[in-house]
Amino acid sequence: MSLKGKKVTLHDMSLRDGMHPKRHQISIEEMIKVASALDEAGVPMIEVTHGDGLGGASVNYGFPAHTDEEYLRAVRPVVKRAKLSALLLPGIGTVPELEMAADCGVDTIRVATHCTEADVSEQHIKKSVELGLDTVGFLMMSHKLDAQGLVEQARKMEGYGANCIYITDSAGYMLPEDVKERLSAVREALDDSVELGFHGHHNLAMGVANSVTAVEVGANRIDGSVAGAGAGAGNTPLEVFAAVCDRMGIETGVDLYKVMDVAEDIVYPMQDNPPRIDRDALTLGYAGVYSSFLLFAKRAEAKYNVSARAILVELGQRGMIGGQEDMIEDVALEMSRAASEAEAQVEPGDMA
Amino acid sequence: MNKVNVALIGSGNIGTDLLYKALRSDVINPVWMVGIDPDSEGLARARKLGLKTTHEGVDGLVPHMREDNIQICFDATSAYVHAENNRKVQEQGSMMIDLTPAAIGPYCVPPVNLKDHVGKKEMNVNMVTCGGQATIPIVAAVSRVQPVEYGEIVATVASKSAGPGTRKNIDEFTQTTSGAVERIGGAKKGKAIIILNPAEPPLIMRDTVHCITEGEPDQQAITDSIMGMIKEVQKYVPGYTLKNGPVFDGRRVSVFMEVEGLGDFLPKFAGNLDIMTAAGLRTAEMFAEEILNGTLVLEPTKA
Repeated sequence: MSLKGKKVTLHDMSLRDGMHPKRHQISIEEMIKVASALDEAGVPMIEVTHGDGLGGASVNYGFPAHTDEEYLRAVRPVVKRAKLSALLLPGIGTVPELEMAADCGVDTIRVATHCTEADVSEQHIKKSVELGLDTVGFLMMSHKLDAQGLVEQARKMEGYGANCIYITDSAGYMLPEDVKERLSAVREALDDSVELGFHGHHNLAMGVANSVTAVEVGANRIDGSVAGAGAGAGNTPLEVFAAVCDRMGIETGVDLYKVMDVAEDIVYPMQDNPPRIDRDALTLGYAGVYSSFLLFAKRAEAKYNVSARAILVELGQRGMIGGQEDMIEDVALEMSRAASEAEAQVEPGDMA
Repeated sequence: MNKVNVALIGSGNIGTDLLYKALRSDVINPVWMVGIDPDSEGLARARKLGLKTTHEGVDGLVPHMREDNIQICFDATSAYVHAENNRKVQEQGSMMIDLTPAAIGPYCVPPVNLKDHVGKKEMNVNMVTCGGQATIPIVAAVSRVQPVEYGEIVATVASKSAGPGTRKNIDEFTQTTSGAVERIGGAKKGKAIIILNPAEPPLIMRDTVHCITEGEPDQQAITDSIMGMIKEVQKYVPGYTLKNGPVFDGRRVSVFMEVEGLGDFLPKFAGNLDIMTAAGLRTAEMFAEEILNGTLVLEPTKA
């Protein structure tokens, strides 16, 4: 299928999803530097929020270096051409925080729920629409629901007033076939005026391929992140996807060399936990586990001497979803206790 | 034995579960159940259990309150109608236990502040939220040992146990709970997070409490205080269980709880709903004991 001439809007995640590998410690100066460089490179949409969205500042997800408001107010004046967006997860963020973001001048609010729980987004989507903002419904962990289920959930968000629906592969689990099946069904079901987006993670190295498939079946907004900066093995690397689009004749409007330079000269040097497909990130993608769990599992491994991979697999088996970071320490404590009990049973004294 | 006559307003899941629990009480006698739908299963079930019922809402109850000596009402309807329900039953001399998020009366978390409310003869108390009932006792257990600079709770409930009302206005949960973590739990700053998890079979309610203490936490005193508090909650919610912790990490104290319901009417995994009905009943029982021994005399309020 030729996609020549198709227009796609790229949305950069490095200052939101990219907060995860930075443990939410990006400085105001770095935010301004990256955001203005992305704007200059023609990236049309830039997200700036705590990694877990507005109100994510917490023991559970990590306290950021600065508040959402400080970041947004600092970045807004330097983003001249691009739309600025903020993420909100109902149950974590609230309407007053959404109103604060609107007051800071964001153009777009993205309301994210677990893929089966779209009805918790009603009050936030309606508020965003009421404020006249570009409003996106964002269905996370979409690999855990089939196409028909996603259609129902997407229609709810559309019904509340969202003008764009995202299918989000939070675990980086999907393969191109999964993307094709889900996004084509949702595209078919939504009104033509409603946009369709895809947000990928690169845990199985499928970020770019999945995004291309998404475009093939009708998505016109694609999330990526310069230098891949995002949770797990990172997001679809934006500059790579932009290059692939260029080769395929898909029009993104970004200046490829400039965006490559943002990655190389600004974002790579900022990274202290560079996203890569190590065994734990690969486990996220293989077992279908929320990408933001990665560093928490690594920290639990160091503290409790339990394998991060084993923790992540166990979290997957228990059906843990986005936001349940508290269960990582809980699982690690249980595994560590089980291990010491097993050890106690084989004390040399007992062998006599 | 003497019992205090009560009416249950709301014939849905919460009202019905509360009824099953109230029927076992030594001091509470459920007499009326109030609904708004003549075909309500909840009302039919209540009739079978020997209760008087009306499908005409609180207006159907009011004319009978004096003759049936209804002294306590539970409101398990919605925040929108609670104020009106409250006004009507208080005119008839009944106190109100509010299980809706309306919160026009003070918050009540039984092991933390129920005695104060009984002492002050409060005529309307609010049961906060499910997450609040499950976590505020733990925050209070820490803050009674030493000042808590910040208290955060993460409540995870099975998707099946979260009804449309909760979903439509999920901010009400986060805002009410975080406020009560401060006011009742004693944290200087509170934060609440709720997660709805759709796993099958449904997960039992989980609640994680993180406190940041002012100064180094007194580990032994905090651990003892938490263990004591858990025993207090277990008196009315036997399935309130410490899964892990307390974990001490610098000034952070984390406690990992599980709340399994009794399975009276609601399924056992819905510990979030069970802890609300159990706390509501516990509150009613304590007021009832005061009414029965004569220390609390309820009087009708003027409209």
